[in-house]
Amino acid sequence: MISITAAKMEKKRSIRIWAVLVWLLIWQLASMALNKEFLLASPLRVLERLGQLAVTANFWASIGFSFLRIAGGFFLAAGAGILSATLSARFRRVQELLSPLILAMKTIPVASFIILALIWFSSRNLAVLISFLMVLPVIYTNVLSGIQAADKQLLEMGKVFGLSAGRTIRYLYVPEVLPFFRSGCNIALGLCWKSGIAAEVIGVPQGSIGEHLQQAKIYLDTPDLLAWTLVIVLVCITFEKLVQLLLNRTSKALERV
Amino acid sequence: MQDIILDRISKSFDGKKVLQDFSATFPAGKVSCIMAPSGGGKTTLLRILMGFETPDSGQIKGLNGLKKSAVFQEDRLCAHLSPIANIRLITPLLARADVMKAMTTVGLQGCEDQPVHELSGGMRRRVAILRALLCDYDILLLDEPFKGLDMETKSRVMQDTARRSAGRTVLLVTHDATEAEAMYAGQIILLENN
Repeated sequence: MISITAAKMEKKRSIRIWAVLVWLLIWQLASMALNKEFLLASPLRVLERLGQLAVTANFWASIGFSFLRIAGGFFLAAGAGILSATLSARFRRVQELLSPLILAMKTIPVASFIILALIWFSSRNLAVLISFLMVLPVIYTNVLSGIQAADKQLLEMGKVFGLSAGRTIRYLYVPEVLPFFRSGCNIALGLCWKSGIAAEVIGVPQGSIGEHLQQAKIYLDTPDLLAWTLVIVLVCITFEKLVQLLLNRTSKALERV
Repeated sequence: MQDIILDRISKSFDGKKVLQDFSATFPAGKVSCIMAPSGGGKTTLLRILMGFETPDSGQIKGLNGLKKSAVFQEDRLCAHLSPIANIRLITPLLARADVMKAMTTVGLQGCEDQPVHELSGGMRRRVAILRALLCDYDILLLDEPFKGLDMETKSRVMQDTARRSAGRTVLLVTHDATEAEAMYAGQIILLENN
């Protein structure tokens, strides 16, 4: 049973090591062909630069700075999205009121938000706001769809048996909403990092990953740029795994009565 | 406890009359059986009593404040939860050991902790029936509760249902007169097609 499940998981895994190695090889060959580090640094040079960066305190401080803000924006948006979707599902007027706002958040380019935010506020916490604005509409839409898709027959069952509001939410709504929320999180996790780092590159808050990317651009320091990009990818994957772990634990906890 | 009195209840959906001037008295502490052909308004009647539909006209007396329990036509169980969890979701104060004992009487031993979506249709049905019987209620509404059970299990479950619901007001909707007999129905009401 366990081996079958493990095999299935293996099949389902979308990233294969051999495919990564092929692309790394192509990257290495391309950089060798170009033979100009400022155009395309080789993977080995990027790893070397990453090694140099990783031993400095500034490197970890920058990761912490950006992580706290982008992840903070994500969790704030997740909370606000759940709350506003719940209110929208309960009160039609709230849904009507929020619909244009959510549509605007979905369609307005992230650059417009960033520039507007820079006019209004300092750049220090810009990533929190931008991450929040990118994540909120995704979570709101998905959670609202989940609530609306809740099994009406089960809800009627709960009413007949006089199930309390707390138990109705925990046992009848949450299991229905959780897959929608999970899917929203999967979309939003990538979005928050892309938009958060973009905001930092434009706003250049001191001590952020975005500041290092901006400096790499100014000095045409491609190994630095790619090393920091690799860091962003790794931090984003780690954050995604943490959120998935949290969701899995929540699912498991919900199975207990 | 008092009798439940339905006085000239009518209900239409999109202009189609499902119930018309239906009157009946369901005596407190007794089993009443409602029989009707398909589309005869049985489920609508139960939905009115459950509070999910409002009659277009007529009055219902004696239902206010009663604690309800029901077996629906569908099982309406939380698929990801075990039989015990489904039952204790409704009756959290009931001890696990008591639920297990009740499950044994209807042949559900050994599947206590399996998610209900892994159980057979007949087993799920028995869980739904037990859930309704083990909770605290004044009136039990049964909408074709024994549908899908094999003869031997059905007989066992009907006996258990009759025993556990004795002395409570029960409304049994069925096509099968033997079910009414097994449940010691004091009256059988025939609903005509409107």
